Amino acid sequence: MLEFLSYLISGISLGSVYAIIALGYTMVYGIAKMLNFAHGDVIMVGGYVSLLAMTSLGLPTWAAILLAMVVCTVLGVIIEGLAYKPLRSAPSLAVLITAIGVSYFLQNSALLIWGANPKVYSPIIEGTFKLFDGKLPISYISMLTVSVCIVIMIGLTIFTSKSKMGKAMRACSEDKAAAQLMGINVNKTISLTFAIGSALAAIAGVLLCSSYPTLMPTTGSMPGIKAFTAAVFGGIGSIPGAFLGGILLGIIESLAKAYISTQLANTVVFAVLIIVLLVRPAGLLGKYVPEKV
Amino acid sequence: MDRFAHRRGKLVPLPSDALVPERDINSSPILEARHLGIEFGGLKAVDDFNLTIGRTEIAGLIGPNGAGKTTVFNLLTKVYQPTKGTVLIDGIDTHGMNTVQVSKIGVARTFQNIRLFSNLTVEENVKLGMHNQIKYGMFSGILRAPNYWKEEKRAHEKAMELLQIFDMENLANHKAGSLPYGAQRRLEIVRALGTNPGLLLLDEPAAGMNPSETAELMENILKIRDTFKIAIMLIEHDMNLVMGICEGICVLNFGKVIAKGSPEDIQSNPVVIEAYLGKKKEG
Amino acid sequence: MKKFNLKKTTKVDFATYLGVIVTFIVLFVMQNGGMLSYSMSGMLVPICCFIVMAVSLNLTVGILGELSLGHAGFVSVGAFSGIIASQSLIGVIESASLRLAIALVAGAIFAAIAGVLVGIPVLRLRGDYLAIVTLAFGEIIKDLINCLLVGIDSKGLHVLFNAKGLLTVEDLHLEEGGRVIIKGAQGATGIQTISTFTAGFILIMITLVVVLNLTRSRSGRAIMALRDNRIAAESVGINVTKYKLMAFVTSAALAGAAGALYGLNFSAVISSTFNFNISIEILLMVVFGGLGNIWGSVIAAAVIRLLPELLREFNDYRMLFYAIILILVMIATNNPTFKNMLGKLIPKKKGAEIDG
Repeated sequence: MLEFLSYLISGISLGSVYAIIALGYTMVYGIAKMLNFAHGDVIMVGGYVSLLAMTSLGLPTWAAILLAMVVCTVLGVIIEGLAYKPLRSAPSLAVLITAIGVSYFLQNSALLIWGANPKVYSPIIEGTFKLFDGKLPISYISMLTVSVCIVIMIGLTIFTSKSKMGKAMRACSEDKAAAQLMGINVNKTISLTFAIGSALAAIAGVLLCSSYPTLMPTTGSMPGIKAFTAAVFGGIGSIPGAFLGGILLGIIESLAKAYISTQLANTVVFAVLIIVLLVRPAGLLGKYVPEKV
Repeated sequence: MDRFAHRRGKLVPLPSDALVPERDINSSPILEARHLGIEFGGLKAVDDFNLTIGRTEIAGLIGPNGAGKTTVFNLLTKVYQPTKGTVLIDGIDTHGMNTVQVSKIGVARTFQNIRLFSNLTVEENVKLGMHNQIKYGMFSGILRAPNYWKEEKRAHEKAMELLQIFDMENLANHKAGSLPYGAQRRLEIVRALGTNPGLLLLDEPAAGMNPSETAELMENILKIRDTFKIAIMLIEHDMNLVMGICEGICVLNFGKVIAKGSPEDIQSNPVVIEAYLGKKKEG
Repeated sequence: MKKFNLKKTTKVDFATYLGVIVTFIVLFVMQNGGMLSYSMSGMLVPICCFIVMAVSLNLTVGILGELSLGHAGFVSVGAFSGIIASQSLIGVIESASLRLAIALVAGAIFAAIAGVLVGIPVLRLRGDYLAIVTLAFGEIIKDLINCLLVGIDSKGLHVLFNAKGLLTVEDLHLEEGGRVIIKGAQGATGIQTISTFTAGFILIMITLVVVLNLTRSRSGRAIMALRDNRIAAESVGINVTKYKLMAFVTSAALAGAAGALYGLNFSAVISSTFNFNISIEILLMVVFGGLGNIWGSVIAAAVIRLLPELLREFNDYRMLFYAIILILVMIATNNPTFKNMLGKLIPKKKGAEIDG
């Protein structure tokens, strides 16, 4: 039972990271109707920047995280402006291929700058909290990850429902033309969405690397894909959906590793994705929008 | 405008008190829509829509913007599944059918916002309309079996014949997307004719056309009806076109039929005038 | 007298066939005359395989217009089923060419089956979802093959699925003289390398005939119609699922045959050979050659495979360079401003060529 609980907890912690990444996917998808394939690689950049800030620059943890967020935000806005903005009216196939190009660009740039060898990441906080006479250890980083995820989730929900910019974002994702007619600057709103998503990616990068302390140029791609899976699972475009999808996917992965097979954990996760899309193409909390004729 | 009057049939009532042109009285109607309706999240986009169209009738569907005209087309072609009512095409109940099946029993359409296969040539577009009339399979195509050559030759000839209606044979090898706007609209009609329909639905065929192009289109619609002996139903805002060639007209407002009848009846109907121009202020 | 009036697409097709045939003859003569370096000779079969993979992926991406990121999955299925077929028939069928042919057919059939299994659920999905699910499928295939233990003895094939990673080849209980064909994550070893350049050439020709003739036929038109406008295609009575599946499965089968040829070119093959990066490399070939442009894929596949050989010092920057080109190609072909600029630079522009 305690064993099960500990797998469950590590699943929730992993799922929280997925949820934070999934928020970035879901907001961008909601507004720009594109799968930002490079989002996972922004996480990797966030990991490297925070690591270098802590080790080479000797910055305190909070400053390192802040620096990573700033760098990723700028990076996200630049990517959007240079690669995606020119393709606003292009077919989704072209946009997706471009996004794959950006992902490859980031990975290979990282390879040239930081090399292929994995770097050891020192977690931002260490130690474990012990329950039941130490039979159920919970690492502080897990607790931090889950709390950060909940805070972000609540913050974003309030932001999108209450603030003017947040409302503009929702308007753009409903109907860009109408939003423009209402005086909303659509391009600026899309840039803002990328900025928020990328800043979240930086946080996700720090948390991910603190839990799984190896960092490589490809570190972000698999969590990125799984987080997208989580976003689809929960219903793309929906913030609570991303949260729910992320947590569920993390739990599924953790339990699959423990009780089915370590080798087949990814297979189980992806099988879940395929089943969800077949049964409920719009995801758990998403709504299906048919094409207008 | 009345130069087309002699080519319009006189409307007579069927036993079910639906109106069809006199010449169609002895054959079963091509379309019977009964109590057709659809709701989108509680909103009745189309409600209790009843219409009968004769086998060679040219019918018009008019109404203010947002009245639900295109939705009616989408219901007839099963782009949307109706939540209420039945549609009989050529006497066949289309309940549970999808767009492809409805096309196979003889309903063809054009779209308000043109939907051509724009990277393919004009000829290929027409041949795609004829898709279900061309009889050879994937392997015959890959192996270029004798029936590939035979069927493609036949399809080519038929496609050219159809393109001739609009004098478009010389454009056969052009990309559909590179055609001027008017030609694209005409090509959509030719492609729809390729499916060998019994009922042709035209969604704003004259949109964006100048008066002389529209006059030519009217001639061509009549020509299509006379040549192929099919029924045509059109949505159009150009009243010269509607009143000029339509025999029966159905007026839709807020998803409901507010009037049906001949062009003369419709033009003098106070309810229609009110729907289009708004209520006269009292006093 | 009959007038000799060929369509433009027919001319392009013939030029493609002719180009491939001439190149093959030249390279074949050079290879037999010892005029090719050892490393160059070694690359001939892989290049043939990648040409087939690129042309087949172009059927899905360029002709059908759906992005598949799991092409390497089909290649992998083809490779391992081809290897199993060929290795099992050692001693049964003497002729290596016949065994190779059987292996290619087996590869194609199993990849086609995988194509149907993946395609039926996946092809109902919209663009981006389809891409991510095909990606997931590629990963699943890789993991599943990693769990596979296969051996053969006089009693026939022995297959074990090693989900927990606890089994070893001993658990196959092979008889004396039995051969292990696939050893889980260690992949297939001791493969008799029976692939030949000639077989590669024949496979390319078959692929070209299948893809080009399909594109020019009724079915191919329907597939392209789905790409251009699904709703209009349905309105003229085109069955969406049928034609999507047709393109997807044909593409998978050809990729499977290419995989079998590729697998039988090396003495050892592991499942992670066919990872996501290979799917992306094939996609690069398709994009660089032009979406829907078949001869473009042939040339792009050859060039991308040859580049690392020709420009060794450039190798570190190769992938970065590809990424940038990929982005630029997409922007240049899809951004209205860029398109206009290109149109002015090239006064008699042929337009986006969909026929290949």
